[in-house]
Amino acid sequence: MAWLDPTARAIVNGLQGEFPLTSRPFRDAGRELGLTEDELIEGVRDLTGSGALSRFGPLWNAEQIGGGVCLAAMAVPEVRFEEVAAKVNAHPEIAHNYERTHMLNMWFVISADDPRRIQQVIAEIEHETGIAVHAMPKTREFFVGFRVEV
Amino acid sequence: MLDATDRRLIAATQGGLPLVPKPYRAVAAQLGLDEADVLARLQSLLERGAIRRIGAIPNHYALGFTANGMSVWDIADDAVADVGAKVGALDFVTHCYERPRHLPLWPYNLFAMVHGRTRDEVRTKVAEIADLIGPAERGHDVLFSTRILKKTGLRIAA
Repeated sequence: MAWLDPTARAIVNGLQGEFPLTSRPFRDAGRELGLTEDELIEGVRDLTGSGALSRFGPLWNAEQIGGGVCLAAMAVPEVRFEEVAAKVNAHPEIAHNYERTHMLNMWFVISADDPRRIQQVIAEIEHETGIAVHAMPKTREFFVGFRVEV
Repeated sequence: MLDATDRRLIAATQGGLPLVPKPYRAVAAQLGLDEADVLARLQSLLERGAIRRIGAIPNHYALGFTANGMSVWDIADDAVADVGAKVGALDFVTHCYERPRHLPLWPYNLFAMVHGRTRDEVRTKVAEIADLIGPAERGHDVLFSTRILKKTGLRIAA
């Protein structure tokens, strides 16, 4: 893990939400963290530049903005794993795809502006690979207060 | 519902805010809006849940949280709401969802994602979840990710 200086640590731990909706938000948030406006902007720039932050800004909720998102899993024979991964990943609607330790060994997220695309993508992958895709749409989301501590 | 201007605001900010002293004014200028209009829209989108939060979006892997365990639980349907609320409240759970079972292959209906620096750290946290759930649990497993096959950000057309 990249070593984080105290400024970077303060930003990561202290600014995972509640970034102010004000005209000078870096100044206002910096005051809470004991940083000047310039120090905070530089610190965020360093963290996004090094990849420690994916980005800095709004975290949009895909379903709430009208798109569709669905987790899906497949049991892929080991000998076909790379071929199937390439076929699945070729769909632009696949946002994430992970190999996992289970008989269901390929887990991916399908994301589409039009929720009707989800079922189409699943049907396309089943047709292209001959392997069943198990759709696991969330039926309920529980509140999570998680914050990374570094 | 979101209007066309909201969607342009999403497209303009989904890669992050401009890192300048007046980021909302910069976004407003890009979209031909007033800063006050951008602020009011973002506030409304937060209140409606279209924006989960605004701030630093950490890259767990880059920060050293390289072990990623998807813990999955078989919980009686009439208990899952209560159990899910308790599990989601744990400070190391990053996502917590109810999802459909796929019997007989997949008996689990509650998913709780746990990030840690090592697999042992994740296993210890999963054991804490098991203690918290107690007898409401009929079985669980934890699936570690062994490889990232693809990872792209959320992309929304304007």
